[in-house]
Formats: sequence, C-alpha cells, structure tokens
Amino acid sequence: MPQSADQIKDHVSLFKEPEYQEMFARKREQFECPHPPERVAEVEEWMKSWDYREKNLSREALTVNPAKACQPLGAVFCAAGFEGMLSFIHGSQGCTAYFRSHLSRHFKEPSSAVSSNMTEDAAVFGGLNNMLDGLQNAHKLYKPKAIAVGTTCMAEVIGDDLQAFIAKAKQQGSVPEDFDVPYAHTPSFIGSHVTGYDNMLEGILKHYWEGAAREPGETLNIVPGFDGFCVGNIRELKRMLGLMGVEATIMCDPSDVYDMPSDGTFTMYSGGTPIEAVKGGINAKATISLQEYCSKKSLTLAESSGQEVAAFNYPLGVAATDEFLMKVSALTGKPVPAQLELERGRLIDAMTDSMAYVHGKTFTVFGDPDFCIGVTRFLLELGAEPVHILSSNGSKAWAKKMKAIVAASPYGKRAQVWPGNDLWHLRSFLHTEPTDLMIGSSYGKYLERDCGVPLIRLSFPIFDRHHHHRFPIFGYQGGLQMLVRILDKVFDGLDAQTNIAGENDMSFDLTR
Amino acid sequence: MTALRQIAFYGKGGIGKSTTCQNTLAALAELGQKILIVGCDPKADSTRLILNSKAQLSVLQMAAEKGSVEDLEPEEIIRVGFKGIRCVESGGPEPGVGCAGRGVITAINFLEENGAYDDMEYIAYDVLGDVVCGGFAMPIRENKAQEIYIVMSGEMMALYACNNISRGILKYATTGSVRLGGLICNSRMTDREIDLSEAMAKKLGTKLIHFVPRDNVVQHAELRRMTVIQYQPDHPQADEYRALAKKIHENSGQGVIPTPVGMDELEEMLMDFGIIKSDEQMIAELEAKEAAAKRVAVHA
Repeated sequence: MPQSADQIKDHVSLFKEPEYQEMFARKREQFECPHPPERVAEVEEWMKSWDYREKNLSREALTVNPAKACQPLGAVFCAAGFEGMLSFIHGSQGCTAYFRSHLSRHFKEPSSAVSSNMTEDAAVFGGLNNMLDGLQNAHKLYKPKAIAVGTTCMAEVIGDDLQAFIAKAKQQGSVPEDFDVPYAHTPSFIGSHVTGYDNMLEGILKHYWEGAAREPGETLNIVPGFDGFCVGNIRELKRMLGLMGVEATIMCDPSDVYDMPSDGTFTMYSGGTPIEAVKGGINAKATISLQEYCSKKSLTLAESSGQEVAAFNYPLGVAATDEFLMKVSALTGKPVPAQLELERGRLIDAMTDSMAYVHGKTFTVFGDPDFCIGVTRFLLELGAEPVHILSSNGSKAWAKKMKAIVAASPYGKRAQVWPGNDLWHLRSFLHTEPTDLMIGSSYGKYLERDCGVPLIRLSFPIFDRHHHHRFPIFGYQGGLQMLVRILDKVFDGLDAQTNIAGENDMSFDLTR
Repeated sequence: MTALRQIAFYGKGGIGKSTTCQNTLAALAELGQKILIVGCDPKADSTRLILNSKAQLSVLQMAAEKGSVEDLEPEEIIRVGFKGIRCVESGGPEPGVGCAGRGVITAINFLEENGAYDDMEYIAYDVLGDVVCGGFAMPIRENKAQEIYIVMSGEMMALYACNNISRGILKYATTGSVRLGGLICNSRMTDREIDLSEAMAKKLGTKLIHFVPRDNVVQHAELRRMTVIQYQPDHPQADEYRALAKKIHENSGQGVIPTPVGMDELEEMLMDFGIIKSDEQMIAELEAKEAAAKRVAVHA
C-alpha cells in the first residue's frame, strides 16, 4: 500500500505511486479505447489551429465552460447584503446547496440559505405547501429579521406565484402578517447571476418602498452590484465616502457576512444594510450604481420614485474613479478632499514608475460585463493592450459600449470583444492569438495550463487562491492593488525566463 | 390617460372564447379604446379575426428563431389590426412536448418589461381552455387582469369548466386583486340555457353579463377571417357584441370573489335543470324498461 497510518501521503504525491500509475495505465488500456499517443498529439495540435477556431466559433447548440452563474446565485448574494436577511430559495434543494458551496468556496466563509425542498409531488401540485412549511421553519429556526424569497428553474417552469404564496403563508400564520418577506422571480434559465442580483435588489427595494411617501432628502444610495471582491471593495468605498463626508446607504453590503472574525461562536448574520436604512433609501436624492449591468431594474425603480440615477462600470484606476467621485461631489455639493487627490497622485506615480513593464503588454480579460469594462479601461490607462475581452453574460449592448471604449484609445486597436462566448472559445483565441497575460476567475487556470498564458485572478469565483477579495480593486486603491498584481505576474515571468545559471541568467536582475 | 384596464377571457376549449373575445374587443375599439390582445394559447389563433390573416408569428416562435427572448423587440411581434387593435400571440410548443404554461409566463413578462403595455387602455388575455397549470394562471396573478370573464354555455362540460376556472380565480383572489367579472353565455341552443346560465352565475356569486345568441353570421365572418363587427356592422349580431362590450366597459371594478361549488352541488343543479339524471331517476327508468321487456316476453 502506498500509504499507511504512519505515512500519510498528500494526494499530490499519492497518485504518483506505482500502484496508482499501474492502475491508471490498466484503466486506459482496458476501458478507454485509447487512440495511439501520436494521434492524440496530432489532434491536440490541430485544436490550436485557426481551422479549429473557425469550427469552434460556428458552434450553435453547445456551450462549454461559460463564465457565468445563474440568477438565484446572484439573488442569494444580494440578500446576504441586508441586515438579518435570510435567503429562501423556492425549488428543489440541490440548487441551494450549489449557491451556498459556490459562495463559500470563494469567500472561505459559511454562506447561509434555505431551500423549500420541492420534490415530485410539489412539481405536480405546485409548491404552496413547501412555501408554507418552509417559511414557518426558517422563521422559527433561524430567527431572521426578514426572509428574501427567490426561485429556481423548477418553481418557475410550473409557474408558482410567489406573491400569492407569500400572502397565503402570512394569512395562515407561517410568519407574522407584518414580517418582511421580499421576493423575486429568479429563473436560472434567463440571464445570469448579475440579472438575479438586480431582480432581488429590485424586489427588496419594492417591498420596503412600495406605498411609502417620498420626502426628498440629501443622502445617496449606492448599489455596488454583484462582486467577488465586495469585502475589500465596499470597505474602500465606505472609506472614500467617509473622507468626503458623504452620507450614503450602501444598498446591499455583504462585506461583513462574507468576512467574519473567528471568535468561537457561529453567527448566521453579520452587518449588512440596516433595514431602516433601506426604508429611508426612498428619500435619497439619488441612487448610484457601480455596476450598470447589475442594476437596470433597480435603477428604473429608483428613478420612478423620483430620484436621480447614475450608473458606472466597476470604477477603478484613474479616470473611472474620477468620474465616480465627481458625480458624488456634484450630487452632494461636497468637494473631493485633498486626501483622495493625494492618493490619486500616488496611483499615477506608481503607474509611471512601472510603465516600462506594462506598456504594450497584451491582455485577455474575461468576466462579468461591468468588470470587463472597468479592468479594460484601467489597462488602457496603463498603456497595456487588451486583445480579447470576453463576457459570457455580456449582451450586444454591452459589446457596443465595450467596442466604443477600446476604439477611443490607441492601445485598444487590437481589441476583440466577445459577448456571449464561453471559455472554450477563449481557448481557441488564446491558441491562435496568444496574449502576454490574462485577467479572470479561477476557471482561467485551465486556459493558463493549456495555452500557457499566465492568469491573474481578480474576479469571481476564485476558489484556488485565498483572501485576495479582502483587498479592494475599486477606486484609486483598487487601481494600485491591480497594478501590483499585474507587476508581480510580469516579474515572476521575467525571473522564470532568466533563472538558468550560466545559460540565460544575464538578465536575472536584482533590480527590475 | 385613463388607468390601464386588464381583462382575461377563460372558458372550456371550443366554447367560442377567441371568437367572442375578438368580436367584443372589436366593438370596444369602435368605442375608441386602445387595445392590446395577448393570445395565451399555443395554437396562436386568438388574433386572426382582428388581423384578417392566418395565425401571426408568436413571441416564442420568434424567440426560438433568434435564440433568446432577450434578442426580441416588441415591434417585431406586435401587429396592428382592425381599428388599431394591437395583437400579439404568446405561442408555444407543439402538442405533446415542452411546456406551454412557461411560454405564457415568458411572453407576458417580455411584453410588460419591454413597454408593450405603455399607452394602452385595455389589455385583453385570451387564455386556452381550463387553468391547467401555473403558467395559464399568469394573467390572473398580481397586477395583471383585474377581471376575468368566463365564456360558457348551457352544456354540462362548459359548466364544469366554468366552476373549475372559478376555483382557480378563488385561489388567487384571496391574496390578490383578481376578480370574476361575470359569465358570458355563448349560446349553444340547449334547453333552458339562459335560466341555467343565470343559476350558475348565482351559484358563483356573479352575474350573467350577457347572453350571446347563436347566429350563423358569426361563422360566415369567421370564414372570411373577420369579426362580425367588421364583416356586417349592421347585423343585429354585431349589436349583441356591442352590448356586451359596453357592459364589460361599465363593469370596471364590479368584479367579485367567486364562490365555486362542490361537485355534488353542481350535479344537483344540473339535475334540477334536467341536464343530467339522478340515480333514482335512472334506476326507475331502467326498471320501467325491464318491466316493459318482461311484458313483451310474457305476451310472446
């Protein structure tokens, strides 16, 4: 036996043991009907060609590794950003297990959500009873301040009506009549997690704003949008607003619940936008979204209540942060303070210090629509050249906007914008037109392995690196953080290319 | 601008729902109302009399062609027919596959979200058959149809369906604002049809809003893909639809929460009207028949 109680091998080394190697060889010969290695190599080589790329692009009925998740995941994330709010997903339970594990694997924190656990009978008779029992149990067991109800495909296909079900549950006493149960229909087969975030946020705002009389005030609502870096980003956002002396409600703030201290007790809820602040949000002067494609419906709702609205695209770096701060300044009449100007100057200084190593480097960016816009704009500011910009959940309208951005910069001339494409397409793009670096989620690691393009993990989900999301990639500080991450990758690459003593180490410089 | 009024027509399959709906809406359009018809039936035949054409391209057909509903524009699927009535068909799968109910949900969400309801005075849903699943209840959910009109006749199965649909409405009425607007009897010339319809309406706590007599001109118009209002505007049958349209127009806010009855009570009513016979009646008849047969045998 390769391992025993005295000698426990990690799986990295375990499967290299002869027992396992023999077993794999046997399995290959007996069960996998293998082609000869030469044939495999030949096909592998062909898959790197333009010919294969054309075939890959003409795919119609198949999606391989889309870089997006589904609506209810966005809904669970959104509900986690409100004080004491519990996510309740109406559907069968496996979906909810997926949302919880997906979020936990990224944030390395527990992610609480309950399911109405619909089974065959509920599919036939409708899920009303699951809703009645589920709301009662969730309310009694987990003592939330509010329960946000979303749906999965199953409940959507059979047409369960949340409004009627929740009203019935209140009539029958599953939860008290005055208990808050905001809801949103979030069918997984429409849109992506960014749509689900928007739908749930709209549902929550509707619930607390409907019927309330608006008394226009001076505060702001800020919607951060679905964001794997919410922990660092929202804290940075609050810091910037604090420096400006701006009073704002962050509409959806999961920065605490996804970053809880270890103090020996498990708490299910932590932080989040206070319910009173959500209610008061209707009186805000304006609602600003940091991610346009995460907030279309929510902004429409805010606008219809009489507020001003503005939408940004994941503002980071110099110009995008300027625009955001100046909008906040214009709305509140508060000037941008000297401290932020100083930080802006420092960012520009850092960018110029390192210009030589980033200028002209080619990049691939993939992820959510707003993330792609924010990162691309910053890369252009650095003089880097984005070549492939891919968003599986990007719409045609997004592509149009993205193309206009790259067209406006001399560094964007080579950029190709890919809305709705998946990571298998990207594999072909990287084989035929490789770039120096790639920015995306953990799913990019397979592309890094297969195409040899180094990956910088900066979006959602990041499963295989820890704690980066605790640092901001919003604003000027975010620009700095991103610059450092890019430079580290560049320098590591340079060192790796020059580290054979006596062969190529004349450039193995101590100072870069 | 007046508030948007949303109404829905339900009823047993083949009862003449689409015909009644289109004729009535044509009459409403004569009154100057801005109307959108939303056909909620995979057969997509809810708008042909208004458009004077074969079934129009449906939302789901177009969506399937384009790959996704998100790629559609409302102008691509809305067509304008008689007196400016705007028409759209939700469409759906062929019989035996897929989920037509989900199709209705998808289509209605699409129309609402893309501004198809803006500047309209009436949205009329014409919904297939019975309320068979959650999807077909879409028009009676929150913020949608305020009143449901059930098209029925004096036939037994139509009355069963009428009661069933009322059960569907009741389910949503207690938690929402949907109400039963009334019954429309599309006459099949059965015995005591008006009385029976009125009795049914009474049982459901509503009223028989109009009795539409049977007239062949309806079929003649239909063969020409027209409403009677358009085909023979001076025909007395056209005035019947005008009367119905006026009643519906004036019925705003008059809807009720229906009081559907149990099977036993419904059958009792049908027995009272001689539509079906009681067990005692049937046994008595059987005995009489057997006795008669015996008498014949004895004589032989």
